[in-house]
Amino acid sequence: MNRIDAKRRNVVDHRKKQFADPVFKETQYPHRLNFYSEPPTADITLEQFEQWAIDRLRVLAELEACSFRNKTPAETATHMKPLLDKYLPLDSTSSHSSQLHAQRQKDHYSHFILRLAFASTEDLRRRFTRVETMLFRLRFQADDSRERAAFVRTLNLDWEPVSEEEKRELAQQLGATLAAGFGGKRGGPGVMDEDWCKVDWTRVPDLVESRKVYLRGGMAYVPGREQQSMVLNAFTKRLEEALELTSRALPNLDEDDRLTPILNHLSKNFIAPDSGYTSAGSSAIEGAEISARNIDNLSQHFPLCMSNVHRTLRRDGKLKHFGRLQYTLFLKGIGLSLEEALIFWRTGFRAVSDDTFNKEYRYNVRHCYGDVGGDSNRRSGGSSPFGCQKILTEHAPGPGEAHGCPYRHFTIDNLTTLLRATGVTDPAVLKGVKEDTEAQRYHIACNRVFEHLHKTELKRAKDEGIMTAAQLETIVHPNEYFKRSYLLKHLDAAPKRERDVKMEAVVSFAGS
Amino acid sequence: MPPSDPPPAESDGNHAAAIPMDEDGPAVATSSSPADEDTVMVEASEAQGAVGAASPSAKPPSPKTAEEDDIGVEIKQESKGDVKLEELFDDMDSDDDEFITSNNPANGQEPAAEGPNKDAAFELLRIYYQSFFPWRYMFQWLNHSPVPTNDFKHREFSLWLHNDAVMRYQSYKTSDLFRRDVLRLMPRRIEIGPVYTADPRDRKTFRNSTAFQPLAKELCFDIDLTEYDDVRTCCSGTKICHKCWKFTTMAIKVLDAALREDFGFHHILWVFSGRRGIHAWVCDKKARSLSDNQRKAITSYFDIMSGGKQGGKRVNLRRPLHPHLARSIDILKSHFQHDVLETQDPWQAPDKAEVLLQQIPDTELREALRKKWDASPGRSSAAKWADIDTLAQTQASSSLDPRDLRDAKQDVLLELTYPRLDAAVSQKLNHLLKSPFVVHPGTGQVCVPIDHRDLEAFDPFAVPTLQGLIAEMDAWAEKHGSEAAGSQDVKHLQDWEKTSLKPYIEYFRSFVTTLMKDERDVGIKREREEDGEVPIKVESLDF
Ligand SMILES: [Zn+2]
Repeated sequence: MNRIDAKRRNVVDHRKKQFADPVFKETQYPHRLNFYSEPPTADITLEQFEQWAIDRLRVLAELEACSFRNKTPAETATHMKPLLDKYLPLDSTSSHSSQLHAQRQKDHYSHFILRLAFASTEDLRRRFTRVETMLFRLRFQADDSRERAAFVRTLNLDWEPVSEEEKRELAQQLGATLAAGFGGKRGGPGVMDEDWCKVDWTRVPDLVESRKVYLRGGMAYVPGREQQSMVLNAFTKRLEEALELTSRALPNLDEDDRLTPILNHLSKNFIAPDSGYTSAGSSAIEGAEISARNIDNLSQHFPLCMSNVHRTLRRDGKLKHFGRLQYTLFLKGIGLSLEEALIFWRTGFRAVSDDTFNKEYRYNVRHCYGDVGGDSNRRSGGSSPFGCQKILTEHAPGPGEAHGCPYRHFTIDNLTTLLRATGVTDPAVLKGVKEDTEAQRYHIACNRVFEHLHKTELKRAKDEGIMTAAQLETIVHPNEYFKRSYLLKHLDAAPKRERDVKMEAVVSFAGS
Repeated sequence: MPPSDPPPAESDGNHAAAIPMDEDGPAVATSSSPADEDTVMVEASEAQGAVGAASPSAKPPSPKTAEEDDIGVEIKQESKGDVKLEELFDDMDSDDDEFITSNNPANGQEPAAEGPNKDAAFELLRIYYQSFFPWRYMFQWLNHSPVPTNDFKHREFSLWLHNDAVMRYQSYKTSDLFRRDVLRLMPRRIEIGPVYTADPRDRKTFRNSTAFQPLAKELCFDIDLTEYDDVRTCCSGTKICHKCWKFTTMAIKVLDAALREDFGFHHILWVFSGRRGIHAWVCDKKARSLSDNQRKAITSYFDIMSGGKQGGKRVNLRRPLHPHLARSIDILKSHFQHDVLETQDPWQAPDKAEVLLQQIPDTELREALRKKWDASPGRSSAAKWADIDTLAQTQASSSLDPRDLRDAKQDVLLELTYPRLDAAVSQKLNHLLKSPFVVHPGTGQVCVPIDHRDLEAFDPFAVPTLQGLIAEMDAWAEKHGSEAAGSQDVKHLQDWEKTSLKPYIEYFRSFVTTLMKDERDVGIKREREEDGEVPIKVESLDF
């Protein structure tokens, strides 16, 4: 049991009350992998509480960034390895490392602390479940196969290992299933090398559908490689259920004024991809004229989601709520000051009177800038501009609304019309966009259009060695789109050395 | 005769007039008209109001009655909240073309309902529902227990009336109420839908739609011979003969084996759909409670066509074959030789032979075959099939892998013989399907069960017809008349026992008995399990 100093006593006392089992017994960690079904029981210091959570959060935020950039599993594993080694190492049992217990305890505790931080809203719960499952998958794949099998046995997943004897008996059928379901040469992969298990077929309909399992008497014989998806499904499902319960238990935590600020801080930091553009001016491009009267001109550098909102505003002389919110924050992000923003919106809303504007819209704009709205809003400088993830997943636009992501929320016909109207007419690009959106790869579609529109400049930037590989990362934020577009189109505006610095700034948000 | 020819029967003003639904031809083309304009939907209470306390012998309601009484009828188009239009279309995709065709070459019988007028036709139907329809076993089949349960009480029935009205969401507390309603309304067709979470008649009282949801339904399959038109040379469209009926035999064998051996189902009822196809009802408790997603998985498991549309090949499977497909080939091999190559002779015509050639995986061999076949026009399909191996051996091509050739031949075999399912029927929990033992108004034939253990013995043209049954009963009475009147044995005979319907109902009865017995055993087993079950530990979250 960890020793704690007297100063921390009240934290521990509080947690003591919540523990069902009054006798603290230190958790044992026989396995590297953890389904996190048992909450922690030992005491830790407040510093550990915070530091462990932050370390895990770093890992999760980076994993999420990998998925935004559509990195392959192999790329993600390579990218994540140094981070995991640094912040959340987990050695195999066979390593006999002296750190085993400490590593596993940190993994265990940090997971539960973040559960508390991310249980509050459905959005956070969904994202947390998603990235935790990604982390689990990464570790599951890297685990020693024997240790992994031993861990899976402890999960009680209602599956039964297929005995060596039965494998031999069914060798022909199982071999054919492997080859038919997964390709490979005739004679196929070794049936005996594979860990087979039996599970009721209704549990794996997707595998039945594609005939990737052998069926006998209602039982599906699942090869080892497919067991992973079953374990991951179970992990996700159990975590979802647990987070539901946590969210209902959350109010009880409020009594502890030491934990609440830490938890709030943690959940706020989880908005990692958006956080680079929090305050107006901080990410402004030097030398660019970011003013109300220049927005029309600048809009050539806007991603489709923003140019669509802009076009709608210009056409209708007004904009519905979420469109205003999305666009105001974006403009703030490109460096439009509050004063200019108020001018922009006042003139843009040509359909409304001064009176109406002052009454209904002025406040919202100021709120976005943190000019009003209570201490916390003012201190944080208002809301952050929306990243792609938020625009893609929250508040899908209804009829008459212009916000959202056109690649996701438009029909393919409307999307094509809009793209043509913004100057994208190349049939190959339009075809690519269609395929991307059909495969729900909206980021890729947007980046495809970006690359098409900046083909010449990107080539030049590459030829002149201005851009590094990191600067070619997939764009996952509308403000990043603008910045990159503006800088690429103004390559001659600044000497080369300065350009280098600027391009660094462009991607700085990604590494933070 | 092409199926689109107008059936002469119609012009005679006989039974065809009593069944104005023309569901002939491609279902999509015709179904839009009745579904959009003509077909009306009569709510249960409204229909009762219209017909009142009609005695069982009264004529069923006609469209005229309905209009004169000014009862509320809903046009289907406007009742999408209850019935999705596309679901109605799905439903009509099946074999249920209920219309008269004039010739059915191998069928010597006249369509049963071709009586002198429609009153007589209704009278026949009334006798059928009164004396032949196996009410008791139908009830037990759907109820899974002798005492009415929600399995029966919450089950949707849909009744198709002669005026084209379809009464959906009918339900009955008892078998007897079901029988009385059918005798009152005399539907020309009864369909069976799912068991709902509540009584289907009360569905409108639920504010939120989640309270009224389909819960369970048999897993169903539908095979229709029109799907085989590209392999059938004997018939096309709605017509069938003994030769092409073999395709349904093959389909049943493959599916029945897979459903039992792969999926572990035991209670599979195969039913003649009344004209040119078959239905399957998988009645195991586990099958009934499958989700749409799981139903879709089974349907895809049985789909070998999609994903292979390259190079003119519709079937393109990975090797070695999945065990299910390997077994299917074993089942189909001899049928392919006899019932397809020899009987159907599918590649007799040069253009058809060309289709076969396109599937030969080697140019040299393909050219050699083409040369040989061009030289002997009219060469039979069986000979052509044998030529492939002969030429492959004698004129060995350097580039040809014999295993590729074998695989290609297997793909051809499967393309021609593997079951072709109407997927829509199987995928949705709430899809309705025509009830067994309904009389097909087109052929007059009873939709009888087929014993899977003796498929070769089933003759679709020997299936009892409505008119035939009545004649049999008369003949029986004549023969046994006075002498039998006093005999105890004879007295207790049910009418169906005196006719050729007997073996079918007896088969159905034994099927239902076994099902009910299993259901009871499963119930007892489950109770035991529940008693001894260790409760799942809910995670403690109080960190
Ligand atoms: Zn035929």
